[in-house]
Amino acid sequence: MAEVTTTAANTPTAESTPLLDATDLQIELITAHGVVRAVDGVSFTVRRGETVTLIGESGSGKSTTAMGVLRLLPEGLAVMSGSVRIAGRDVVADPGAARAVRGRTVSLIPQDPMTALSPVHTIGRQLGDALRLRHPGMSRTQARDKGVELLAQVRIPQPRTRWKAYPHQFSGGMLQRILIATALAAEPELLVADEPTSALDATVQASVLDLLMELQERTGIGMLMITHDLGVARLVSDRIHVMKDGRFVESGSAEDIVERPAEPYTRELLAAVPRLGAWDEDGDERTEPVAQGAAP
Amino acid sequence: MTDSPMACDLPLLSVEGLVVEYATSHGPFRAVDDVTFRIPRGGSLAVVGESGCGKSTLARALVRLLKPASGRIVLDGTDIAALPERRLRPLRRRVQMVFQDPYGSLDPHLTAQQIVAEPLRVGGVGDRTVRARRAAELIERVGLPSSALDRRPPEFSGGQRQRIGIARALASRPDLLVCDEATSALDVSVQAQVLDLLRELQADTGIAYLVIAHNLGVVREISSDVVVMRAGRVVETGPTATVLASPTEPYTRALRRAALDPTAIRGVKPRSVLALASAPASEGTPT
Repeated sequence: MAEVTTTAANTPTAESTPLLDATDLQIELITAHGVVRAVDGVSFTVRRGETVTLIGESGSGKSTTAMGVLRLLPEGLAVMSGSVRIAGRDVVADPGAARAVRGRTVSLIPQDPMTALSPVHTIGRQLGDALRLRHPGMSRTQARDKGVELLAQVRIPQPRTRWKAYPHQFSGGMLQRILIATALAAEPELLVADEPTSALDATVQASVLDLLMELQERTGIGMLMITHDLGVARLVSDRIHVMKDGRFVESGSAEDIVERPAEPYTRELLAAVPRLGAWDEDGDERTEPVAQGAAP
Repeated sequence: MTDSPMACDLPLLSVEGLVVEYATSHGPFRAVDDVTFRIPRGGSLAVVGESGCGKSTLARALVRLLKPASGRIVLDGTDIAALPERRLRPLRRRVQMVFQDPYGSLDPHLTAQQIVAEPLRVGGVGDRTVRARRAAELIERVGLPSSALDRRPPEFSGGQRQRIGIARALASRPDLLVCDEATSALDVSVQAQVLDLLRELQADTGIAYLVIAHNLGVVREISSDVVVMRAGRVVETGPTATVLASPTEPYTRALRRAALDPTAIRGVKPRSVLALASAPASEGTPT
């Protein structure tokens, strides 16, 4: 074992079994206007330490794919076929498997932090519930200690005092951090993040993305990221799948997709992003950086 | 240089020391604090900033949906900041607004043609036939097919609705169009088309724009000058190209850094890109 190099250590047995393995996933939604095939045969994997991103415009099926993977689509109105293996269990074939992995192996970071938490309960109560769901034996005090630790981890200032605060007492960026802490309460191996920063300001988005990337560097957590933002996708992803009308039109490394797009649709998407042009990026060295010490 | 100073130096809009306050239970909250800028005829100014910076309040004050606490809003020589509604009414047609939400800003019961004809009716333009014809012209002008005329908002996509909103705003032949995040709810490809349309309209008609935006890329596409706002105040101002290429204020630099341009990013998961991009000083406060 002593001969094992760091590179090999980073690719343990997980290399052979991905955290998430979707094969020919199809999702049909039953709507008032008939059956819509929202996801039309997509296959992808997410391994330990990897971020895989589904990018597309509204109606492309990217969020439906994410919700399907977690089986959070309304039963009876969404018909799934193909297979999605999470920790080796196929959640398409077995709805029980989805319930078993959700909140344990895999957690969701939802899109809109302003509405995802209950406004009438303290964030401590909600985070504590998530913790005690994962660890049924945990006492309230233990849950609070662990929860405060998680809040500190997502860089909420004064987590012990903030434990009793209500969602409306936080900004959007802080709420999204609290939701990330709640997702982490499950000690998941995989995070599904559905447009986690789309409702946030750019500078707040930067701090939340930094948090997610740091978390991955530290713990090797796998991420399935859903976004419409090519800048976000390019920054956080190992691999990107470009989605349109329920299918992947192009898949590749983040670098290849942005620098060497092969498909016309990918090129159109890239061309539509307003260019910012060059700037004196290193000029900050001349002045005091504004945003260093993010945490007090 | 030889033009008469009266006609040429007078900006279309001159905002001086504008202050807008909201009443709260803790006393007045100053949402816009001593803001000054000018827009020349046919010019295009962007106001950029993050949520809560006061940019939308500023827009609403400029079209006098809000009454400022102090300061001047001089439109073509007339200060409209404190004008009573009766005297404001004839000037209202000259400054029109395109709203952010393409779903909530159109009456779902009216057809596209009725929506665009409404400002004409209010303005007492012609008879019903004249107004219908003019509305049809405007709808064509914003790039919608004639089949759109009799359809209602729920039948249109977000981008098409925003085009209807623009046609409605143009109906009264305004000198200034205030676009409050007019493309931020749209997909990037649709956003690009709407920005193209706005540029085209400006080239054709010489209309001036005040563009409220949080997206620096949009600002670069549509404006020649920019005002950066934070916490109600102007932190930096200048020609858009200059401010984006070499921002001087730390906050503007953080904004510039946080705007993730996919083609400018190098390497695999380069987290360092984010190092100076967050602005924590404003983040802790609830909005």
